[in-house]
This record gives sequence, C-alpha cells and structure tokens, in this order.
Amino acid sequence: MKFGVVVFPGSNCDFDTFYALKDIVKQPTTYLWHKDHDLGGVDCVVLPGGFSYGDYLRSGAIARFSPLMQEVQEFADKGGLVLGICNGFQVLLELGLLPGAMLRNKNLKFLCQFVHIRVENDKTGFTHKGKKGQVLKIPIAHFDGSYYAPPDVLKEIEKNKQVVFRYTDEKGRLSEEANVNGSLNCIAGLMNRRGNVMGLMPHPERASEALLGSCDGLVIFKSMIVKQ
Amino acid sequence: MKVRILVSFKNSVLDPQGQTVKNALHTLGYGFIKDVRQGKVFEIDLKEIPRSEVEKVVPEFADKVLANPIIEKFSWQIIEE
Repeated sequence: MKFGVVVFPGSNCDFDTFYALKDIVKQPTTYLWHKDHDLGGVDCVVLPGGFSYGDYLRSGAIARFSPLMQEVQEFADKGGLVLGICNGFQVLLELGLLPGAMLRNKNLKFLCQFVHIRVENDKTGFTHKGKKGQVLKIPIAHFDGSYYAPPDVLKEIEKNKQVVFRYTDEKGRLSEEANVNGSLNCIAGLMNRRGNVMGLMPHPERASEALLGSCDGLVIFKSMIVKQ
Repeated sequence: MKVRILVSFKNSVLDPQGQTVKNALHTLGYGFIKDVRQGKVFEIDLKEIPRSEVEKVVPEFADKVLANPIIEKFSWQIIEE
C-alpha cells in the first residue's frame, strides 16, 4: 500500500504525516509536490495539515487550484482513497469532494489541544479497525474548524451515514462543551457518499505513538492499509 | 476599469466575528446598533475589456474563487471607469 503525502507551500504537518505512515505504520510513502501533475502510482493520497498558501482568502481556498489537485480529483472520482487532515479537510471541502464548509471556531480562538472523538461509522475504509462508539483521543490545532452545511445537505449527510467522527467527552457523550469549535451536529470527520474520501479536523499523525501521549490515530492509518 | 467586490456571510450563517464587533460597539455606548456582519472587500484593476465582458467575468470569478457559495454571498460594482 503506497501512500502519497501532498506538499503545498505552507503545509506543516507533511513531515509528521510522512513519518507516521513510513516509520510507524511501515508503509511505502512518498511526497507529492503540489506543482506536479503526477501521483507517482500511489494507492492513497493524504492532504496534510498546515496553512497552505498562508490560508489567504479562506482556509484551503487557494490550494484547491494547485496543479496536482486535478489529478487528486480524478483519482478520487475513480474511487482512489483520499484522506484530508485539518487543512487537508478544508481543501477537500473547497474542492467540493466533501460537502459543506468551515467557519471560524465558535469562540474565535485558535484551538490547540487534545479532544475526544467518537467513531460513528466503523464500516468505512478509514475506521474498520475501530469499533462504533469507540472514543479516540487525538489533538486538534485549527482556527477554522466549525463545520457548516445547509440544513438539507446536513440531513443527507446524516441519512447516508457519512459522519465518521463526532466530538464528545472522554466517555463518548455529546455536549456543547465537548463540541469545542461549534461544528454542526458535532461533526469532526466526514466522508463522501462513496466512502473513498474522508476529511477530519483532528490530527491522527500527532497521536501515533506513546511518546506523543496517544496512539489512537493509528486506528485510522491502519484501517487504510488494504492488502494489494 | 476598477471593480469592487464585497463578500459577506449569507444571512443563514452565524457570524461570530460580526457579533463580537457588535458587542464591542455596544460597550462603547452605540446601543442603537442592531446587528453587524463582517465581510471582505476586493478592489480589482482590470485591463481594457468590453463592459459586457466585465459583467460576465466578474460574477464568474467572484463565485468561483472570491466567495464560497456554501456560506458566502457577494455583490459588486464598478468604482472607476
């Protein structure tokens, strides 16, 4: 299973994501440069966190026009596995590969802290190594993470079980307090209808070894490894 | 020609930044302010192109790039011929 980590100007979790996939999950991993038109034969594309293009205009808004994103769009359209973490999630929303948009956090603060997210759907290519209801401890670090979708879209997302993770407390209970950024329906992670594209605000690569305080992010990376 | 494009949140979308500005204005005694919505302004210089073309392309790129139509709306005007 070959992973490709996309590097935009301003990406700052690309090295961490690369390290988690190559050295911890032990999968062949390569960097993909945003100006190229070549996915290098990877089986999975990961859009890492950071501040692509300084997050000018809107988070992820400029990165979606990067040359490589044409290939990522085609790759996703053919059913290829695409994961967007934090800024990567914002890019997927701007690109329209996932429904909705991000607003500024409800308290207008940049939030950098551990949060708890609950697995809502374990029948996905991103979570089948986990269990429905399982609570993962994974950190967030974002300014624009308050998920928004118009009411009709939100209804569709829920109906199609596209919500993969919700913010909860450590026991898996929903509350306004646990929904730190004010996301609609406490949505922390979301996939497309086909199930091959997922975005999430928390950083699994920052919760991938004991030294970092949590290994819970490995549930996601390990689920994504499919035997060739 | 110069155009000015104003991008702001749709009425259905909460604008916590606008709310915060409103609260600050209230604190300063401007209690008559009912609501504040914050937005972005773009002033764009265009090469000489026909006016009909301007009317076609400005809304096109405003919708495609400057605003995210899921959460934002835009209006525009010519500010310099």
